Amino acid sequence: MSIRSVSKSWTRSNLIGLLVFIAFIGTLPLWVRTPYALSNMVLIGIYSLVTIGLCLLMGYAGQISLGQAAFFGLGAYGSGILTVHFGWSPWIALLIAAVITAVIAYFIGIPMFRLRSHYLAMGTLAFGAIVTIVMNEWKVYTGGPTGLPGIPRFTLGAIPIKSDIAYYYLAWGTVIIGLIIALNLVRSRFGRALRAIHDSEPAAQSLGVDVDRYKLITLVISSIYASVAGSLYAHYIIFISPNAFDFSVSVRLVLMVAVGGLASIWGAPFGTAVVILLTMALREIVPLLTRYGSGEHQIIAYGLLLVVIMIFMPDGLTVALVRAWRRLLNSETLRRRLSAYRRRP
Amino acid sequence: MPDYGLSDYLQFVLSGLSTGSIYVLIALGLIAIYNVTGVVNLAQGEFVMLGAMFAVTLVGLHIPIGFAFIGSVLGVVLVGMLIQRLTIHPARHAPEVSLIIITIGTAIALRGLALLFWGTTPRSLPEFSPGPPLNVMGAILSRQRIWIMGTAGVVLLLLYLFFEFTLLGKAVRACSINRRASELLGINPELMSLLSYALGAGLGAIGGIVIAPLTLVDYNMGLVLGLKGFVAAIMGGLVNMPAAVIGGLALGVLESFTSGFLSSGIKDAVAFLTLFIILLARTTSIKTTLQEKRAQRQARPKGR
Repeated sequence: MSIRSVSKSWTRSNLIGLLVFIAFIGTLPLWVRTPYALSNMVLIGIYSLVTIGLCLLMGYAGQISLGQAAFFGLGAYGSGILTVHFGWSPWIALLIAAVITAVIAYFIGIPMFRLRSHYLAMGTLAFGAIVTIVMNEWKVYTGGPTGLPGIPRFTLGAIPIKSDIAYYYLAWGTVIIGLIIALNLVRSRFGRALRAIHDSEPAAQSLGVDVDRYKLITLVISSIYASVAGSLYAHYIIFISPNAFDFSVSVRLVLMVAVGGLASIWGAPFGTAVVILLTMALREIVPLLTRYGSGEHQIIAYGLLLVVIMIFMPDGLTVALVRAWRRLLNSETLRRRLSAYRRRP
Repeated sequence: MPDYGLSDYLQFVLSGLSTGSIYVLIALGLIAIYNVTGVVNLAQGEFVMLGAMFAVTLVGLHIPIGFAFIGSVLGVVLVGMLIQRLTIHPARHAPEVSLIIITIGTAIALRGLALLFWGTTPRSLPEFSPGPPLNVMGAILSRQRIWIMGTAGVVLLLLYLFFEFTLLGKAVRACSINRRASELLGINPELMSLLSYALGAGLGAIGGIVIAPLTLVDYNMGLVLGLKGFVAAIMGGLVNMPAAVIGGLALGVLESFTSGFLSSGIKDAVAFLTLFIILLARTTSIKTTLQEKRAQRQARPKGR
């Protein structure tokens, strides 16, 4: 698994890339036809925020998290409970929920990072499971398995942010801010330390990098990303239930990061989009193929995709596609054909 | 808190031991695979699920339970070997993160395939020896639980004999102790990896078949069981089988008491909390911390 080469600051091509991306996202609603597609775009945005944070944790700090959905859920339920049961403003609730999540992540992280990868994987899985159980059992505040309804909308002054379009811009605006922060982090001293840790922990430690502290900070950062996304989710869907934050969601988040390339910040929203669009497509196709017709069959595709990508394309789908494209452009036969074409009068 | 008598406590212990036996079987499978290949098979629970599912299908075809048992185990062993060949072997040089994700992906794919073949309706298996539950000193124990504990005991004995007295068993042990050295001695480590997966799959399948009559068999049953088996396995550091046995039984009993005294919804949390506590205990050893502090104090220049 390679991490692409370091650049010290924002090069011109990176800035152009960012502006192109912003333009693309900004104009997307204009040519998206159906409300169904637009709401999926909103969800892609929300989940992208989680995966950017997870990418920092998994790709750069090299830590497996099978419980990221728990942080997502903590943000969602935090916002939900504070606004529904205590009547707080959604914006304040978002901040407080993020703080709470960050604190929980900090205390979870302290013991966990001494563990080797497989223990950490199981530890995060267990954490996620405990959070799910709390969501299900603490019925007074969370409403238990039947969920928490009636979550209010974000408001700008007196105007609620209700329509899909408004929410689209809110979500993706946050994603872009998150992207910029993450990209800056990765290019900074912090990011270089993370890369050193990823390549060789003992070597990094011998150079004076406080490995445990960096891993912990990355975990807290990723939990904040997930929590903010969770709050956005809660105020979008208005009704949340525990099964939106369980282990299978954590797995899907890992898949999104893997598809985008574990060590690629830009890959995170791309991988998220691929997985969600794939889910949409599968939901249409699978009922036509099998008599069961339940959308659950998509998990086969997830599993197979994970395995195939990890074996053949550990740098992610983006890099593999780019490589394949370059190989196609460089191929001898193509060049010969093009030059033959050019020589004709 | 309800008023419990001695026979109730005995009931908790016995039913806990039988549930714990399942965790033991799953844990032994995990350890068998990890010892030889170094891979933590997060798909172990799916072997359990497949064992139960295969048995249900075979029994549904009116095959007697004994043959269904053997057939199911052989089927899952085959699946396990296929998985080793197709997913682990090609990635054997990949970093640990990749391997873990691969096993997760395999687990999900297996779950999905089970969903495809068997649908969402839960299945059930009839008890091995139908009849009223037995009364052991006031504790009511279903006959199937006796089967579970008995099977686990027999499996443990067979494993012991295998590893201690057969050439193949010793080869597997050698490979788990030192792969390269055993290669030099003529043992084929690739074959050993394959065999360890076969063993792990078989153990999981046995666990699944014996617990099937007591629980709902559906495509999702592997997840939680696999996790609990993992908890038992790490009590032995993923390498120590006897410790995992004790750990698995203890976990079962702990769950049983939690279910009796608190609520059965919480009992799953017991395994996760136990996992947490063990992980904490493994990493923060008090003795080492004290040693470190002493060394730090001595290394600091005087007068600071």
